[in-house]
Amino acid sequence: MSEKKEYDGVETTGHEWDGIEELNNPLPRWWVWIFYATIVWGIGYSIAYPAWPGIKSSTAGLLGYSTRADVAEDIAAVNDQNAALRTELAGADLAALVDNRDSEVYSYAVNGGRAVFAANCSQCHGSGANGVAPANGYPNLRDDAWLWGGTVDEIAHTVAHGIRNEQSLDARWSEMPAFGDILPPEEVDQVVQYVLSLSGNESDAALAEAGAEVFDLNCSSCHGPEGMGDTFQGAPNLADAIWLYGGDEETVTETVMNSRFGVMPAWSEDYRVGAGLSQDEVNAVAVYVHQLGGGQ
Amino acid sequence: MSSTEDQSLYAKREPVFPRRVKGKFRTLKWWIMAVTLGIYYLTPWIRWDRGPALPDQAVLVDMANRRFFFFWIEIWPHEFYFIAGLLIMAGLGLFLFTSALGRVWCGYTCPQTVWTDLFILTERWIEGDRNARVRLWKKKWDTEKVRKRAVKYVVWLLIGLATGGAWIFYFADAPTLLQNLVTGQAHPVAYTTMAILTFTTVFMGGVAREQVCIYACPWPRIQAAMMDEDTITIGYREWRGEPRGKGKTREGLGDCIDCNACVNVCPTGIDIRDGQQLACITCGLCIDACDEVMEKIGKPRGLIDYFTLRDEEVERAGGQAKDIWRHIFRPRTVLYSSLWAAVGVGLVVALFVRSEIDLTVRAERNPLFDQMADGSVRNTYELRLRNMTGDDRPFRITVTGAPMLYLQIEGTPYETVQVEADEMLIQRVYVTAPAGSEAAQETRTDFRIWVEDLESNERTHEDTHFNGLESR
Ligand code: SF4
Ligand code: SF4
Repeated sequence: MSEKKEYDGVETTGHEWDGIEELNNPLPRWWVWIFYATIVWGIGYSIAYPAWPGIKSSTAGLLGYSTRADVAEDIAAVNDQNAALRTELAGADLAALVDNRDSEVYSYAVNGGRAVFAANCSQCHGSGANGVAPANGYPNLRDDAWLWGGTVDEIAHTVAHGIRNEQSLDARWSEMPAFGDILPPEEVDQVVQYVLSLSGNESDAALAEAGAEVFDLNCSSCHGPEGMGDTFQGAPNLADAIWLYGGDEETVTETVMNSRFGVMPAWSEDYRVGAGLSQDEVNAVAVYVHQLGGGQ
Repeated sequence: MSSTEDQSLYAKREPVFPRRVKGKFRTLKWWIMAVTLGIYYLTPWIRWDRGPALPDQAVLVDMANRRFFFFWIEIWPHEFYFIAGLLIMAGLGLFLFTSALGRVWCGYTCPQTVWTDLFILTERWIEGDRNARVRLWKKKWDTEKVRKRAVKYVVWLLIGLATGGAWIFYFADAPTLLQNLVTGQAHPVAYTTMAILTFTTVFMGGVAREQVCIYACPWPRIQAAMMDEDTITIGYREWRGEPRGKGKTREGLGDCIDCNACVNVCPTGIDIRDGQQLACITCGLCIDACDEVMEKIGKPRGLIDYFTLRDEEVERAGGQAKDIWRHIFRPRTVLYSSLWAAVGVGLVVALFVRSEIDLTVRAERNPLFDQMADGSVRNTYELRLRNMTGDDRPFRITVTGAPMLYLQIEGTPYETVQVEADEMLIQRVYVTAPAGSEAAQETRTDFRIWVEDLESNERTHEDTHFNGLESR
């Protein structure tokens, strides 16, 4: 550090860079005041608000402010605000509601349903509601094929009571027998070829012809004489392009031999105490699913 | 730390008491003040027919609907590049003026300067000219001082109130808002904004004044980069004035009679005879003051004057200064003006070619496609349809570019949707490729979505693509 000099009565700081020296001019008064004010403010703030960290938590602050309480309050306020809409939605005639898209309840249902779906349904059906991966047993809810019916009321019923569960007596229930235990292997082969032919897939014509009779005797009571399925029994349409588990020969054989037993829980809070959906949430998610593009 | 014990931690502000002055720059400044303040206070009151749904205001920032209205121009949020363009033009304009004429922005048009000028003017009316104000300042507090100070601050607060008031009129229908303000029915935000602006106006224009320019404003620091020896600036013709001195006999003395007139009129309280300095906002008042003096003592005007540093040297050596335009036209200013003009032309062109309907397409990516029971493949798109026409309009949505693709609007069997005036409609549509068609099989098929305003037949489109089974 070099020597401190004076110019025009102002001392330098003693710093020098290539002959350029820095004058030690005092700060403007307002600047100093603001600086002091920030110190005072900082002390006041750390007394009034949570500030100093401790081992487990921090000082609470005299005002008792907490961001968590703030959020809880906000959530309560929003719930209050929506209370009327929720009551209306819980008792709504859903079929009429989906035809009345300009209503406030409808848009509440779609947006609320989206959140309910994301939290509860997307784990199996995928965040896009298309069944995560193709043909893994979780139905795509966006297409126009419905196992148990695609009207909004039917969807709401499925959501509330689920499928093949013990929780709700009203759960959708049907069970396909494992035909591996019933039919001789050659008949299984024949019916598989016939099922493949129904949807225009490549198949062995001779086997398929023989399979028609096997189908008629064993399968048509649920899947219908032409394999068109039956939504009352949750029997899928075998003549369309959509396969819940896959439409290749191997998978279809596997399905015929061992059958399938897809399960969905009952979501209504009547059956899932503490973790279920209230009536308005069931309705909301039904409306949401219905408007994804496949609703009937 | 400093070794000088008596040195204070802070520098006290040297109060400035600018004296009244007459002259051509002062007159110019009065006019500019009148025009700029006039524009600021009166603009919100200009009426413009905007139909029944909107306030009939020519310049309006509609925060609730995120629209900006400027006479016949209406800017939507997605056209914010207009604002960006205007800001760029403002920036380049400042560069241009600074490199040609120095700190004219600071000296004549900066709001800080204009309002400070206004506050000094009212101060002079109430407390008197420089000498009276100095006396008042030095005086002990008595009734006269209290009275004058109180009146001054009341007037300043009223000016501040008018300033804050005018500001909020830009954001709502001015007559309605004024009525609501007076009857106490306006939104609390309006009152708060007014209060804050009242306070900042009085503080900046009345109390802080030149300190804003000297300490707070970044602009004086930046300007140096835009100025050079050809920039016209204010300076003291030292070669003519020095050695300065009082007295009748001018033997051996220059033209400066050291009357301090130039210092006394300066709003930032500096002595221009010390040379170029950061605190000088080039307001020109010292020129007026000095010219007055030169006239009295029968010398040519312009001891303090606008000139360029290059000319200063030439004149000092006895040469003739260049024509002012030869300084103004130089590569730097030509570059700034052409950039400025380019952005301007671009904006004007953009303004004329923009359409009154607008379409944005967002293709659903989760999932990429859905297969339907009949084997067809369907993609989902979210369209944003903007109707900027001011009337409700039917929009027809169609697709072209790939055979077999057909479009379906969600929730309606028709191919048109109604979009309300000045609204944006978010509409989901489905595009389907029949089973076995090329688009249904391929990974990706490009196509185009069209929107047509059935009343004006204006059309717009956006290209997007269709995902087939192969994209799985
Ligand atoms: S220094 Fe800043 S505040 Fe002062 S006149 Fe110039 S631009 Fe305005
Ligand atoms: S020195 Fe002259 S031009 Fe500069 S601020 Fe003062 S009066 Fe204005």
